[in-house]
Amino acid sequence: MKNVNRKKNTRPDKTFKSELKRRFDMWLLQHAQAFIFSLGQYIKYPISNILTTAVIGISLALPASFYLLLDNVRYVSSSWDGSVQITLFLQTDVDEARAAEFANTLSGNNNISETVLIKRADALAEYQKLSGFAEALNTLDENPLPNVLLVKPSLESGDETETEALIKELEAMPEVDSAQYDSRWLKRLLYLLDIVNRLIVILSTLLAIAVLLIIGNTIRLSIHNRRSEIEITKLFGGTDSFIQRPFLYSGLWYGVFGGIIAWLLITISMQMLHGPVKQLANLYASDFHLIGLGFGNSLILLASGIALGLLGSWIAVKRHLRAIEPV
Amino acid sequence: MIRFTNVHMNYPGGNEALRNINLHIEQGAMVYITGRSGAGKSTLLRLIALIDRHSRGQIIINGQNLERVRNRRIPIFRRHIGFMFQDHRLLNDRTVFDNVALPLVIAGYRHQEIRKRVQAALDKVSLLTKVNSYPMALSGGEQQRVGVARAVVHRPAILLADEPTGNLDPALSWDTMKLFEQFNQVGVTVLIASHDLDMIKRMSKRIITLKTGRILPLGGTPTQS
Repeated sequence: MKNVNRKKNTRPDKTFKSELKRRFDMWLLQHAQAFIFSLGQYIKYPISNILTTAVIGISLALPASFYLLLDNVRYVSSSWDGSVQITLFLQTDVDEARAAEFANTLSGNNNISETVLIKRADALAEYQKLSGFAEALNTLDENPLPNVLLVKPSLESGDETETEALIKELEAMPEVDSAQYDSRWLKRLLYLLDIVNRLIVILSTLLAIAVLLIIGNTIRLSIHNRRSEIEITKLFGGTDSFIQRPFLYSGLWYGVFGGIIAWLLITISMQMLHGPVKQLANLYASDFHLIGLGFGNSLILLASGIALGLLGSWIAVKRHLRAIEPV
Repeated sequence: MIRFTNVHMNYPGGNEALRNINLHIEQGAMVYITGRSGAGKSTLLRLIALIDRHSRGQIIINGQNLERVRNRRIPIFRRHIGFMFQDHRLLNDRTVFDNVALPLVIAGYRHQEIRKRVQAALDKVSLLTKVNSYPMALSGGEQQRVGVARAVVHRPAILLADEPTGNLDPALSWDTMKLFEQFNQVGVTVLIASHDLDMIKRMSKRIITLKTGRILPLGGTPTQS
């Protein structure tokens, strides 16, 4: 009764505003307590918590790195998009002079906007320079490479049937050994990337569910382990939100640390891949370099971790906390 | 302070734990509830704390009709009650200080206030030196006193004790009862469920005897049949 009286006596003096401020301060204080308490719990059981976090980190890192891979492939293929060109491999008995002549005649064709001749000698020289097979190539009696004509169609519409017709026409010419249409495999690549993209979406969904289950189960165990504490807290007037707060913050910590682990895994992997990729790009005379996570994507990764952590713990708390009543 | 009017309590499955209880306990009283196990002592305390809800009749605690206390208001209602248990129910992974501070933390007190009150409560039960110990490092009697400190640290209007001396030797039991008496003297209404008849009689307080869910008349002279 004492407690009640004290409140009744002091309350009328207080303005509504200061009461509101008192409540807000209390709310802030209890959040700070739960925030620190849950971090303390995390540090108190380092092994099991680090293991759990590592699993979450790997589960987050997998889809994120696949997305990154896809991003990089898209970046590479996007530079090819504009260059829809037909590669004509000329017969080996066509010498350079005739090849140049042939190129000239083709340039007159209405359907062709541009032709570029790669002479067999130039091709060999470039290949020797870039492939590292210089010694092996020197032992050959003659140049095995044909003259190559790069033909850019003037068909702006990109109409597949017209291009096909042009290819047929070119292939029928006696100088031409075979014609290769770049955009054909480019298109295939794009469709393939589309499939891969969907696979990654499915995989990400599955792994997100896995993260939810891991966090949910961890929180469920922790609720189970602290059952007596929850009962006592309920007996002494702890509200549901007071009791669930530390568990929600635990979920938050799992998400934050899981996100950081995922970020570290990806960043380290990118560092390891950086060198070899650069060497490969050099071989293709490209200045391509791997696209990293970047600031925005890192934030998204961390945010996904936090969102999954909070959601997982929220589900566990809703399902298991209510069931515990003081006995 | 506590008024039961024609209260019945049926547990699911038809077990009738309390039958037609009429009871009035004034503010500031100290009352023992006794009877054999299964007589309904614990049920009575559980109804007062809203751990269970009664089936029929009316219970008024501290001016509040318990039927009108909605589930989400139960936590606030319980903050005016202090609890003691036979098995202490201390949190073994927390220090004595944190255990005693729990009701204050729940109610959202500031740290300085918590420190002050916890020290006062521990001083009262002569455990100020054990403030940083863990419950496992304490003797049974000391653990019990930590439980007492936790039950009164938030200055509840009502103190409910369920077999508080069940595990203690007579001397310690007597000390605990004297401690309750001290809190009673500063205005706390104290309800103690106990079957330790000899000691209860020596305390010369009001005694309510339950038998198979009913209050026996002439509670002051219980018969152990």
